[in-house]
This record gives sequence, C-alpha cells and structure tokens, in this order.
Amino acid sequence: MFQTLTTRMKRFGLRLLTRPRLDLPLLLALFVLGCAGLATLYSAGNGNFSLVTGQAARFVLGAVLLLVISRIPPPVLRSWTPWLYLGSTALLVVVAVLGEGRGAYRWLDLGVMRFQPSELLKLTMPMMVAWYLHPRQLPPSWKDIIVVGLLIAVPAGLIAEQPDLGTALLVAGAGAFALFLSGMAWWRIGLLVGGVGAVIPVAWQFLHEYQRNRVRTLLDPESDPLGNGWHIIQSKIAVGSGGMFGKGWQQGTQSRLEFLPEHTTDFIFAVFSEEFGLVGVIAIMLLYAFIIGRCLWIAMNARDTYSRLLAGAIGMSFFVYVAVNGGMVAGILPVVGVPMPLVSYGGTSAVSLLTGFGVLMSIHANRKLHD
Amino acid sequence: MKARYGRPVVPSRRRGQGPSPRKRMTVIVALLCVAVSGLVVRAFDLQVVRKQFYQDQGDARFLREMPIAVSRGTIFDRNGEPLAVSTPVASIWANPPEVLENEDRIPELAKALHVDADDLKQKIVQRADKEFMYIARQLRPEDAQAIVDLKIPGIASQREYRRYYPSGAVNSHILGFTNIDDHGQEGLELAFDEWLAGKPGAKRVIRDRMGHVVEDVELVREPQPGRDLTLSIDRRIQYLAYSALKDALEKNKAESGSIVVMDVHTGEVLGMANLPSFNPNAVRGSTPSERRNRAVTDVVEPGSTMKAFTMAAALTSGKYTPTAPLIETSPGTWMMGGHPVRDTHNWGTLTPTGVITKSSNVGAAKIAMTLDTDFLYGVYKSFGLGNSTGSGFPGEAAGYLPVGRTWKPIEKSRLAYGYNLNVTPLQLATGYAAIANGGALRSPSFIKGADNPPNQIVTPDVAHNLVRMLETVMAPGGTGYGFASVANYSVAGKTGTSHKNSAGGYYANNYISLFVGMIPASAPRLVTVVVINDPKGGHYYGGSVAGPAFAQVMEGAVRLLDIPPDNVGRWYAGGPSQGGLIGTTNAQPPQADESAAEEVVP
Repeated sequence: MFQTLTTRMKRFGLRLLTRPRLDLPLLLALFVLGCAGLATLYSAGNGNFSLVTGQAARFVLGAVLLLVISRIPPPVLRSWTPWLYLGSTALLVVVAVLGEGRGAYRWLDLGVMRFQPSELLKLTMPMMVAWYLHPRQLPPSWKDIIVVGLLIAVPAGLIAEQPDLGTALLVAGAGAFALFLSGMAWWRIGLLVGGVGAVIPVAWQFLHEYQRNRVRTLLDPESDPLGNGWHIIQSKIAVGSGGMFGKGWQQGTQSRLEFLPEHTTDFIFAVFSEEFGLVGVIAIMLLYAFIIGRCLWIAMNARDTYSRLLAGAIGMSFFVYVAVNGGMVAGILPVVGVPMPLVSYGGTSAVSLLTGFGVLMSIHANRKLHD
Repeated sequence: MKARYGRPVVPSRRRGQGPSPRKRMTVIVALLCVAVSGLVVRAFDLQVVRKQFYQDQGDARFLREMPIAVSRGTIFDRNGEPLAVSTPVASIWANPPEVLENEDRIPELAKALHVDADDLKQKIVQRADKEFMYIARQLRPEDAQAIVDLKIPGIASQREYRRYYPSGAVNSHILGFTNIDDHGQEGLELAFDEWLAGKPGAKRVIRDRMGHVVEDVELVREPQPGRDLTLSIDRRIQYLAYSALKDALEKNKAESGSIVVMDVHTGEVLGMANLPSFNPNAVRGSTPSERRNRAVTDVVEPGSTMKAFTMAAALTSGKYTPTAPLIETSPGTWMMGGHPVRDTHNWGTLTPTGVITKSSNVGAAKIAMTLDTDFLYGVYKSFGLGNSTGSGFPGEAAGYLPVGRTWKPIEKSRLAYGYNLNVTPLQLATGYAAIANGGALRSPSFIKGADNPPNQIVTPDVAHNLVRMLETVMAPGGTGYGFASVANYSVAGKTGTSHKNSAGGYYANNYISLFVGMIPASAPRLVTVVVINDPKGGHYYGGSVAGPAFAQVMEGAVRLLDIPPDNVGRWYAGGPSQGGLIGTTNAQPPQADESAAEEVVP
C-alpha cells in the first residue's frame, strides 16, 4: 500500500509536468496579487502582524482548495451542482432562522471560523444556472429564462432579507452573467432590464433606511459629512492625497490615524491608493484586468456549455467586485460593502474566491483541444 | 473558424454546445476596458488633477495647531513679595462622540468628578456633535491625573494656569482678577493684561481621528511667558490700610470706605484699600459693589479738604500770606446770594492760617470771593480736579469740576469749601501730594519706579506755607487735634465732612467723613487719604471718624519705611512719663476737642 501511494504520487507529479492542470500565468497573477494584498493589509492594519498571518492562513486554505478542486473534472462538478446549490441555499435558511429577531445576521459559527453562507452562493449560483442551461437549447427561451430567474431570485431574496443588499446583488449578478453568456437575445435582455428599471421605484419602498441613505449619500456625500458621507469623503481624501507616486508604504496618514473607516476591509484599496499613488493604481488595475481577461480566455476555450458559462460567470463576478469596490473607493459608486478581491481582509471572501479559481483551473485543464 | 464559432443559421439542439461565445465575450471585454479605464481616469482625476485639494483636506484632518499654555506673569509688591501668582492646574476635556461610544463608563467618570452621572451624561449628549467640551476646569494636577488614569476613551486633560492671590481680599481691588481663561477682567490684571499674559505658543501636531496627539511635528510659535510686574504697593502698608479701614468702619458703623497711601516724591501708590472687599480667589461669590475699587471709581464731595486748594490759590495770588490780611468771620454766618454760609462757632477774626486751622467755611468763602474766577478755576484745575489722574487704572473716574466761567457767585463760594464738585480719593491724594512735594504734582502710579514727570503747579514757598498751615490743624485748637496724631512724628492734614448727596439733593443725616494727612510734616514723605462713607456710629466729623484710621496706618508705615521721626524733642518736652520713647505705643494722645470740628452745612 505504501508502494502504491508512492507510485501514485510519482504519477501525479509526472502528470503535472507533462500536462499541467494549473494555468500558470493565472496562478502567478493571483500570487502577485495576494502578496500585494498582504503587504497593503500589513500597512492598513498599522503593522498588526496577526492580521496578516490570519489572512495568509486563509490564502493557504484557499490555495489547498484550489489545488483539490482543480483536480475535479467539470462533468463531476456538474453532477454535484444541484446538491451544492440546494445545500448552500439551505444554509441561508438556517441563518435566517437563527437570526430571527437579531437584526443583521449573516454568519454561521463553525467554531473554528465563522463563515457567511451567502459567500458560497457566489460560486454555487453560477454553477446552478450553468447546470440548468447546459442541456437546454441555446439561446434560452422565455421558459428557461423564467426558471433561471427563479433559481436566482430565491437565494438572492434570502440574502437581501439578512439584510445584505450588496451581496444579494452580487449573487444575483453571478447567475445573471451565466444567463447573459448563454447568448440570451439582446431584445429579451432589453425587455428584462426595462422591467427591472420599472420595478426600481417599487423596490425603493422596500429598501431599509440605511440602504436608501447609502444611495442618497452617493449622490451628495458632502451633505452628511459626519454620518454617511464620512466614508466616501475620507476615502476620496485618501486616494486624492496619494498623488502620482503615493506617500509610500506604511506612510498613509488617512488610515494610520484612523480617519479612513474600514481601512482593512472594504476601503483597503483607498489605503493602497494613498500609499502607492496613481502608478500603483494603474499597476494593480492591469493585474486585475489580466486575471479577468485570463478567466474569459479560459471560458472561451471551455469544452462544454456548463464550463463556459461557469468560467465566464466567475470571471465576470470577479470583474464586478473589482469595479464596484474600486468605484466605491473612488467615490463614484455607493458604499455597498463589496471587498476588493484578494486584497481586503476577510475570511470567507478569500477562500471562496480561490475556490472559484480552482474551478477555473479545472475547466482550463479540461479545455477544448485545439488542432 | 467562422463556421465553427458563428451562430448557426438554423439553431439546432446541441447538448452542451451553446452558441458562439465570441460576441458576448467581445461585449464583456469592452465593458472590462471601459470599467478599468474609467477607474484609472477617476484615479487620475483624484490623484493628479485634484491632488492638492485632497492633500490639503487630508492635512486639515490630522494636522492641528495646538496652543502651548504659558503662565501669566507674577505680580509682586514693591519689596518682591508675590501678590498674584499663576499655579499650574489641569482641565479635563472630552470628545463627546467618543465618550458616548463608551456610555457605560460615564458613571465612573461622574463619581471621580463628584457630579451626578445623569447630569453629566445629559451634558455630553447635548454636545454629541462637537469634538471638544470641558468636563471640569482647573483641577489640581494630581486630581486630574487620577481621572485621566481611569483611561476612559475620549477623556483627556489639558495644562492650564490658575491665578492665585495669596493676600486675598486685602489687595483685591488693586489687582483685580482674571477669568477662567486667564484674561484680566478688572484692576491691574486688566490694565496690564497684555504684559502679564505673554503669548501662548503653538505647535503643529498630528492627531488621529479621536483627537489623540500622535506626534509633534513642529513648533509654530515659540511661547512667550507672561512678564512679571512689580507694583508700587507695599504689601505691609496695604495690610495696615486694610485693617485700619476695617476697624474704622466697624467703630463708626459705616457702610464703605477707602484709604489711599501715596509716596509724595514719586507719586507711587503704596497702599489703596477699600471696603467692602471680595476674595479674588473666589470672585463668583462677590457682588459688583464689593468689586468696585472705590478709591478710583467712586467720587465724593471733598468738603473742607478742598480749603487747602482754595488757600493755595489765595497764597499764589499774592493777596494773602499765612498771617495777613485778617478775615472777619463773625457772626459765624455769611449771607451769600441769599444762602447762608455757616461755621460751627463764631471764630471772630481769623488769619488765613486760622481759616484752615478752624476750618472756617465763612473764611474760605470770603477768600474765594476776592480771587479772580478764572485764576481760581485754573489753580483747582492744576491740582487735577475734574480730570483723570492718568494712573491708567481701569474705570477711573475723572470727578467733576464745573468750568470757571459758568460759576455763579454762590457756586464760587461753595466750591471754596468743597461742595458743587466731586473728586475721587485718589485725586485728593494726588493734589495733597503736590502740596507735600513742594508744589510739584506727579501723576499717581501703581508701578514701582514709575517716572512720571513732575509738574510745578504752585511755588515751593506756597507749598511750604500750606504744609505749615495744615500742620496747625493737628495742633491744639485745630479740627484734627488729637484724632490723627502719630507718636514722635509731626503731622499735617485737613479734615473734611460733607453731606452725602444724591440726585435729589443732600441727605440731612448721611455724611462722608474725610481726612487727608501728610507725614512727617517737616519734610513730608507720605500723603494718606481716608474716606469713610456714611458713618452711623454717632460721630461723623472727618477728624474723629477718619483721623484715627490715618494715625493707625501711619504709625506702622513710618516704621516700615524707616522714616526718621521729626517730633521726638517735643514729645520729650512733654515728659518721659508720657512714653515719648521712639517705638513705644503707650503714649496717650492729647485729648480730642470735638468743638473744633468744622461746620458741614452744605
């Protein structure tokens, strides 16, 4: 038995070399990004090393998951998909029940670490949409669109109830991207978007006051400089005062003097901008663009519909995180609590993102073989 | 390739093979480019185009100028004894939002401050939108430290200085006091505020959001500590004056009074006491009437003390000498413009000196009527009547002297014995000091070593003669005889009593008793004015009410200032049994003669 193990290990290593399952450029980009993230976190946390080691531990956990999942072929993932989807939705229900009467309640305490089930949906949602659309005729018909709509609406609704509107929109978005990539006709998209636009005034009535205020503050943050506008004003000051080359690592005053709120989580990109300036912003944006582009490239070369939709949706979700967080930090989008992927401090986000990249690696490994 | 990825003309049901992803991908890539470039453009806008604005905004948030407290200068008396000192204290301040984040600790804070927790919380809540509020001011540094040591978030202490007046109520009117922010409010604290206060320095510091100073960046302004001030006041004479005044008020059941002691050669005020007084260390409990420096701000009609100035004019005019011509004062009344001028007795024929000695109103009025109005007005004016003395004391009154050409005859006669005008005790002291100083008037000063230029207003001869005439007031038969004697020293002076007046006229039974004395009469060093307002103890003549206070102050002052006695021989002539030794106090003063008191009918 010992011998068989070593033999298998050898074979595994051989296979890695002859036909790498991991997309090395993507892996390298993620590694660089992770390092930049840890460095920024060290500075944003005022040299709090335990923050950095905690985040690094999550990166390691994520990397292990990435490696494991990259070994699972897409068809197997596909066969698990309904159960994963149902399971994560069930966890949302558990959270909703546990959180009865406790205000905002999003966490599930596992003893070892707390995690947000809504984070799981960011991955299982596009999987489920891709799973549903995989055997159907594409572009999808109205019937399929409605079913997909329901698949999206139930978990998104549960998350919005928590209440965590930002994550609900991101989860719904992840499903919608899969639908979009399935080639859904433009006129249907137009019709749906129009419909949603008509619903917005109605939805406004159901938003919590703090959510409405976030939108209001976005339009005129200076109107409430001590309350809701505080985040945006402080963030803009942090970014703006960074200038062309930044104040230097660990030299950012806005975060170190605690003017910048949430400077290790949602607004860590403001710390990065303050310390590394426009040059740093452009560099990290290029890095993100490369990662997203690589995701899309993997999607293009995916073997089947499931893989293609899933890879595309994961890439686009990643893109949305970057755009929304960047826009928030720069004061052009509302403060919605979306972390900067792999830079913001936060447990579940890093792990689930790397898990998603594991899926991408697996899809890449089982890509269409060109002539 | 096109056939492979392009959308099929007839859609076929392809399991697991969707339509070509290429078009959708193009859309997505375009979106990606737009979003990334949008963010970069925004970053460019913030970080390059509007960089300065945001840098300034950032600096404004963490860079603060903090004042560096400086201690106020000490006020010394003329011998270097401290009269007002600044002691370091600490004030506790709070950042209300930060304290409210830790509401549960408010009771702990309240307990340490000995205040009600609910009241304190309410105060903090009211200022929840501010970043600074005082919680307690001017605590002892160790008490403040104990509160800071509780380590309640948002509570910090700040170094300040508190004014302390060791001599309490004795010097309070001269010194005045400062407010809680250490600014002079009254008295010399106000007059010399800028000198004493110095200039608080400023430093630029980095503060975090909670207002805690993280780092000192630079010194913006060097702190300039307040400069010290040495007063002309002699703390010991001041104390003598204060306690003599207190005794006089008690004995005569008077409501208020003032004593001014002046050095005749320099114009320096050595003592200036008023009652009622207040404790400058606890100003809050005092009333405005207690805080008034009456010697400077309140005016009185000088009454018979005015006769010295009238006589100065008479001697200067050349029409009068101390002995001639004789003035007929009988029968003790003189009808002037339909109103009688009265004396207490029929003094018969008096020399000009006798007019002063007996304080004859008739004599003074008759002399005044023989003098040219403008000339008389000019002499009064030259003694400083009707004009502020220029001492610079805040709130000093100028007194009132009607302009000469408006005088009606009756007014002219009444001015001669001290009615129809008013003066401050300080003005009176200044005028008499000029007489004592050989006719050279110096503006009074509260600062040691002041060099006010002398102004020769009467000739030394006239001044000398006046002192001789005033000396007779203290001799047997004079109005001051027996009331204001000081063992071993000769005294010159003048008594005065005036009816208190009000807007409606004169009170019949309310008086102001005055005494102005100079010592030693042979070569005067000190002039002292005693004003007792509204004595109700049965006596009201200036000699008997105000005179003893003068003697009490001077007995101590001449020893303290080491003024050589000039009257030893005469006392020895009286016999050693009368205790004529220098420094002994058991000497029996001559019997007072109340009959010598002057008539005070207005």
